[in-house]
Amino acid sequence: MTPVEIASWQARVPRAFGPSPRGRAMRVLGGVAFLAWLVGTLWWFDVSPARMWNGLNGLLVITRLMIPPSPGEQWVEILHGLAESLAMAFLGTFIAAVIAVPLGFMGANNVVTNTLFRFSLRRFFDGFRGVDQLIWALAYVRAVGLGPLAGVLAIATADIAVLAKLYAEAIENAEKKQAEGIAAAGGSPTLIMRFGILPQVAPIMLGHALYFFESNTRSATILGVVGAGGIGLQIAERIRVRHWDEVAFIIILMVLMVAAIDWLSGKVRRRLIGVR
Amino acid sequence: MATLIGLVVLAACLLLAARTSEFYPSSLAAGVPRIGEYFSRIAPSLEWSKLFASVDTEGSLAFWFYRLDAWGLLLFETAQMAALATLSGAAVALLLAFPAAKNLGAPAWAYQLSRRFLEATRTVPEIVFALIFVWAFGVGALAGILAIAIHTGGALGKLFADAMENVEMRPWDGVRASGGTWFEACRFAILPAALPDLLSYAMLRFEINLRSASVIGFVGAGGIGEELYKVISFNYYEEISAIILLIILSVMAIDLTSERLRRRAIEAAA
Repeated sequence: MTPVEIASWQARVPRAFGPSPRGRAMRVLGGVAFLAWLVGTLWWFDVSPARMWNGLNGLLVITRLMIPPSPGEQWVEILHGLAESLAMAFLGTFIAAVIAVPLGFMGANNVVTNTLFRFSLRRFFDGFRGVDQLIWALAYVRAVGLGPLAGVLAIATADIAVLAKLYAEAIENAEKKQAEGIAAAGGSPTLIMRFGILPQVAPIMLGHALYFFESNTRSATILGVVGAGGIGLQIAERIRVRHWDEVAFIIILMVLMVAAIDWLSGKVRRRLIGVR
Repeated sequence: MATLIGLVVLAACLLLAARTSEFYPSSLAAGVPRIGEYFSRIAPSLEWSKLFASVDTEGSLAFWFYRLDAWGLLLFETAQMAALATLSGAAVALLLAFPAAKNLGAPAWAYQLSRRFLEATRTVPEIVFALIFVWAFGVGALAGILAIAIHTGGALGKLFADAMENVEMRPWDGVRASGGTWFEACRFAILPAALPDLLSYAMLRFEINLRSASVIGFVGAGGIGEELYKVISFNYYEEISAIILLIILSVMAIDLTSERLRRRAIEAAA
């Protein structure tokens, strides 16, 4: 190809010869802005190489102290904490799953036809979702005192809204024919819900509830950090007194418990709902 | 019969759980009135007639949010923490996802090492990392950012690797056949195809991290959480509801914008 030909092609398909000058300028500008933001925030958060270096050194010391993990002298206390976390997750999820059923029916557009009511209920659910479980836990600790009761309530409150939303979606996606059949045979709205919709959505609801139980087993292990019962309190205590080997031991137990619950819940789910 | 057994097992589990978590009727009866009282105290005392009055009038919105400027700054700080943590976590995840993707044929030790590392960082909760990092890096936002980042790295790394495993492999074969190295094949055959998925996962993770960043301050790791912990501990009732409302609003706003951005990024990349 001669230079003339190349020039003519470049005029015809400029994009094939790399980005245009304007595109290139935009890229450089974007890069500069990104770098400025990065440097600015790092400076704002007081992140310096020296601080990172010291921190990493500290972390290395901690890791070295963590090996080998040891249970310390309070085996019973640790096991009790784990059991408490598990119980909190189970009870909290159960309460949330039960309360969310009527709320889910109220939020579904094929059950409740009042759009304004349904819309505000849905937005209310969304707002609830923005509040983390730990915030609820902290508030309940102030309200009902230290202990697992606050944890159960926190898990239940944080999950009701999310489960209700998922239930409402499941109900909206349910097949209409059964409900219509019951309505045609003269069934009341309650009967329609009970025999037309509930049998269809019950397995889905159960599946969601089991998923939430798994996720709550994770979060119940840390609610104790703010005093709401469970193993988290013991981790926080041992970190405070720097018994790192015991911290490592508890973390390992925590991970094992979560894995065991995942496995068990997966089994139950497949058993109840069939393979999906 | 099976249903009956299931119900009995469920009831037994419930009773056991209630016993272990001290969920007795008596403690519940004592606690519930206090919950109502607590939340009614948290609720702001607004009056219609003075709703838009100045900061000095009790019952006005301005009185309720009297420290809006400080809280706004803290919320901004929280969002920056979440952004930095998501960014660095995604960077770690991207680096580890290539060896952790089964179809790319990384050496077995690299595959095992990266998969196990991602698993470990994913399963340990952020708050536990934060508690440890506060010791190592000192109280402040840096500990929180690193804690969220390392957890994000684990969670995103697995998603990234799974996304890469679903990529069409013919471009990879092409690059390898024309003499490209493993790194070049990753860069030019896998990355462009997986990028929309990766971006969308990272943005979803940003929304999750914003929530985590709002509470990671409970253990002294920076952000609005520290302030929230303080006002809850000192029982500054109305400030609690003000801060929580601000958190809800900003989480909702970010969710909405991020959803839009995500859709646009996917369209632009596709």
